[in-house]
Amino acid sequence: MCAVRPELSPGDRADDAGWKAVLSPEEIRRALSRIAHEVLERTHGGDGVVLLGIPTRGVPLAQRLAARITEFEGAAVPHGSLDVTLHRDDLRLRPARALQRTEVPPDGVDGKTVVLVDDVLFSGRTIRAALDALNDLGRPRAVQLAVLVDRGHRELPIRADYVGKNLPTAHREMVRVLLEEIDGEDSVLLGEGER
Amino acid sequence: MSRHLISAADLTREEAVLILDTAAELASVAGRPIRKLPTLRGRTVVNLFFEDSTRTRTSFEAAAKRLSADVINFSARGSSVAKGESLKDTALTLEAMGADAVVIRHSASGAAHRLAGWVTGSVVNAGDGTHEHPTQALLDAFTIRHRLAGAGQRGAALDGVQVTIVGDVLHSRVARSNVLLLHTLGAGVTLVAPPTLIPYAVDSWPCEISYDFDAELPKSDVVMMLRVQQERMTAAYFPTVREYRRRYGLDAGRMALLPEHAIVMHPGPMNRGVEIAADVADSPRSTIVEQVRNGVTVRMAVLYLLLGGAEEAA
Amino acid sequence: MNEWLIKGARLAGGEVADIRVADGIVVDVGRNLSAPGVQELDAAGLIALPGLVDLHTHLREPGREDAETVLTGTRAAALGGFTAVHAMANTEPVADTAGVVEQVWRLGRQAGYCDVRPVGAVTVALAGKNLAELGAMADSAARVRVFSDDGNCVADPLLMRRALEYVKAFDGVIAQHAQDPRLTEGAQLNEGEVSARLGLAGWPAAAEEAIIARDCLLAAHVGSALHICHVSTAGSVEIIRWAKSKGWQVTAEVTPHHLLLTDDLAGGYDTVYKVNPPLRTQADVDALRAGLADGTIDCVATDHAPHPVEAKETEWAAAAHGMTGLETALRVVQLAMVDTGLLDWAGVADRMSARPAAIGRVPGHGGPLRPDAPANLTLYDPAAPAEPVDPAAHASKSRNSPFTGMALPGKVYATFLRGVPTVLDGKVAR
Repeated sequence: MCAVRPELSPGDRADDAGWKAVLSPEEIRRALSRIAHEVLERTHGGDGVVLLGIPTRGVPLAQRLAARITEFEGAAVPHGSLDVTLHRDDLRLRPARALQRTEVPPDGVDGKTVVLVDDVLFSGRTIRAALDALNDLGRPRAVQLAVLVDRGHRELPIRADYVGKNLPTAHREMVRVLLEEIDGEDSVLLGEGER
Repeated sequence: MSRHLISAADLTREEAVLILDTAAELASVAGRPIRKLPTLRGRTVVNLFFEDSTRTRTSFEAAAKRLSADVINFSARGSSVAKGESLKDTALTLEAMGADAVVIRHSASGAAHRLAGWVTGSVVNAGDGTHEHPTQALLDAFTIRHRLAGAGQRGAALDGVQVTIVGDVLHSRVARSNVLLLHTLGAGVTLVAPPTLIPYAVDSWPCEISYDFDAELPKSDVVMMLRVQQERMTAAYFPTVREYRRRYGLDAGRMALLPEHAIVMHPGPMNRGVEIAADVADSPRSTIVEQVRNGVTVRMAVLYLLLGGAEEAA
Repeated sequence: MNEWLIKGARLAGGEVADIRVADGIVVDVGRNLSAPGVQELDAAGLIALPGLVDLHTHLREPGREDAETVLTGTRAAALGGFTAVHAMANTEPVADTAGVVEQVWRLGRQAGYCDVRPVGAVTVALAGKNLAELGAMADSAARVRVFSDDGNCVADPLLMRRALEYVKAFDGVIAQHAQDPRLTEGAQLNEGEVSARLGLAGWPAAAEEAIIARDCLLAAHVGSALHICHVSTAGSVEIIRWAKSKGWQVTAEVTPHHLLLTDDLAGGYDTVYKVNPPLRTQADVDALRAGLADGTIDCVATDHAPHPVEAKETEWAAAAHGMTGLETALRVVQLAMVDTGLLDWAGVADRMSARPAAIGRVPGHGGPLRPDAPANLTLYDPAAPAEPVDPAAHASKSRNSPFTGMALPGKVYATFLRGVPTVLDGKVAR
C-alpha cells in the first residue's frame, strides 16, 4: 500500500515526485458507496437532489454517485457538471484558461438540493467559485458538498458534507486522484512537493 | 494567444478552435436567468469606432458587459480630413484612461496595427478599411460549425467544409479574414465575383476563384454572400445592378441548386434584392440572424481569452 | 583659405593622384604634386568624385519650412556629397513664376552649401490645365532649364505635347512624374500580393508605363527632350530602352530607395515606406539596377522628400508620401550597385554627376576633375565601417528615412563647392 509507484500516470511530470498510493481502488469504491448511502439518508431518499460534478474529475465521480444512488434506491438522480473557471478568484495569476463544460439537467437547480461533487477539497476556493457559478444558474433550496478526499488547509470557511477520506497533509505535499474514466485506473496518490 | 487580435492570420488552428470551443461554452450564458459572468470585473474595454456601426459596436458592448467589464464608447466619427493626430492622440488618451482593451473600427487599412504600437492594452480589430475583420470570420466559423456539425462540435475544426464566398471581394475585409481563417480551420474556399471585384494578386491566396456562380452551387456546403455597394457602379466595376444580380445574385432559383444541408450566410447589412433575394434571406437555410447572436458569444470568448488571465510572458 | 592640396585620392576609383585646388578651380592633377604653404588633405583610401548633382530634391521652402528649408536641405545635400541640387516646384506657393524661382535660387546662394537650381512648374499651380510662364522662368536669374509638375503627372496628352514643344526654344527639358491619375485614384502601395493582403488600394505598374510610353512617342514626334522622374518598374526600363534605341531624346532617373527596397517592407503598415511611386517587387529592383548599370537609366536622383513627424505618424492612408535621401544616397548606391559589382566608381561619377549635370544643363558641375575645371568635388571613403543610419544625426530637419537602423557602408569625407569645403571629415565645415 505504501509502495512507490514505478509507472507514471498520464499528465504526471517526468520526474518522480515519490508518489505513494493512499487509497486503493477497493477503498475508493467503498467510500463512494458510503457517500451514496449518506446522501440518501440526509436527503430523505434523494428527493429533489441534483448532483453537479466540478470538472475535471468531479464529473465522473458525480456520475458514479448518481449510478450508485439509482442502484440503491431505484429512482434516477439528475446529474451534470458545473465549470467554475469564469468565477475563479485566481484568474489573473495565469493566462486565460480553456473553459470546461457546464451541463445542467433539464429541471434546473431552482428549489433543488444541489450536491457539488469534487475529487479533492483543499483551500476551498474552487468551491467558493462553484457557489458563485451556481448562484448565476438559479436558487437551490440547499447546497451540499461531497468530496473524495479532504486534505485540510482551508483558506475560506468552507466544509464538506460528505467525505470519502480525511487525509492530513503537509501544505507542500501534492494529492492526485486518478479515475478509470479519465486516467485508466482508480487511485489516490500522495506526493512530495518541490522543496 | 498574442496580446492582440488584428488579423485572422494571427491565429493558429489550435487557437481558433479554442475560441470556438470557448464560445460554445459561453453560449449557454445567454439562456440563464443571470446573463452575466464576473470574469472581467474591473477591466475596462473601450469601443473606439471611427466608422458608424451600431450592429458591431453593440455586439462588442454586450459581450464586454456580460463579462462584467466596464465599457466606454468612444465614437470618433472620422472628420473629412482623416488626420492621424486623431488616431495617435486618441490612443494616448485611452492609455491615460487605463483601457485594458481597445476595440477599434476605422476606415483606414492598418489602423489597428498602428494603434497597437501606441497602447499597452489589447487591441481587437473590429474592421480596418478593406483589410480585415477577424471577429466576423470567427463568428462565421462558429455558425458554420454549429449548423453543420451540430452536437459533435467541441474540439472540431472545419475540415472538408466547402465554402463559397460571393460578391465584392476586392473591397471586403470580411472576405479577407474569412479566407484566412477558413483555410486555417481546414475548409476549402472558392471566391465568386466578376473579375473586376477580385483582388489583383489573388493567386497567392489559399482559395480558388470562379466567375461561374451556378457551377459552384451544387458543391457548396456554405454560401456566404457579401454586400455589394451600388456606388461601385460609378467606378465601372459592373455595368448595372440588374446585370450584377442576374449573374451573381442569390435568388430562390439558385438556392434550389444547393445541396440539402447547405446554409446561406451574410455578414450584414444586406441589400435585399441586389446580392440576395428577400425570400432567400428569410429562408430556414439562412443563418443571418443567428450570426448576429453568435457574434456576441464569439466576442465574449475573444475578450475572455485576451483579458481573462494574466498577460502571457513576452 | 582658398587653396588646398588633396593627396592620394583615387580619381573616380581609378588612378591615384593629387589634386591642387585654388581660387575655385582645379589647378593641377597629377602624382606627387607639391604646394608649399598650402593646407593638405590626406585622401589616402578615398575616392574623388566630381561633385554630385541631384536632379530631384524637395527643399520645401517657400511654404513648408516645418519640414525643410533651403538652408537645412542644402546642408544635408553637402553632407551627402552633392554640390548642386534641383529644387522641385511643388512648394507653397508653387514655383510657377519667375518670382518664386528667383527667391529659391537666392536662398540657395545665401546658404552657400551647394548650387540650387530651381525647377519650374510645367503648369500653373501644378493643376495640369494651363502652361506656366516657362520662358520667364528660363530667362530669370535662376536660369531654369528643367520643368516639372512633380508630385502630379502632366496627364493631359495635349498639354504635355505643347510643353515639350515650347521648351525647345530655350533648350529646356520637361521632367515627367509618370502616373496616370485615373488608374491610381486613392492608390496607396504597389498593386501586387502585398497590397492585396494588406487591403491597400493598388498602384499598378501599368499606370507609370503607359504615361512613359506616351511621352516618349510625343517627345519623338516633336523632337524635344523628355526626362522621366523616379522610374520604378521593370516595364518602364524596357520602354525607355526601346525609346533610346530609336535615338529619341529621352533620359531617366532612379531613386536610391528604388534600387534597394521592396513593397513587402510595408507589411507592418510602417508609413516610412510610403512613397510615390511606391516601392515595388524584387524583379523591379533588379531591372532598375541593370538599367542603371547599362545606362538605360541615366542617373540617380534622390527625390529627397522630407516630412514632419505628424505627417507620417498616422494610419497608412492618411500619411504623406516620401522619404529623405540626400545624406544616404551615395552609401545606398555603393551597397546596391558598387558592392554588387554592377557599377564601378567611374560609373558612379557618370550617373551621379556627369549625366545629371548634362540633363539639367548645369554649368560648372559634372566633372571630370582636370585643370581649369571648377573645383566641385566629393571625397568618399568606401571602406568606412558600416554604420546604422540615424536620422536624428542628419542635417535634414526631417527624420523620415527608410534606411533608419540599416547599416550602410561608406562615408562622405569631404565636399568642395568651387574650391571651398562645405563638408570636412564628414561634418559641416561652414
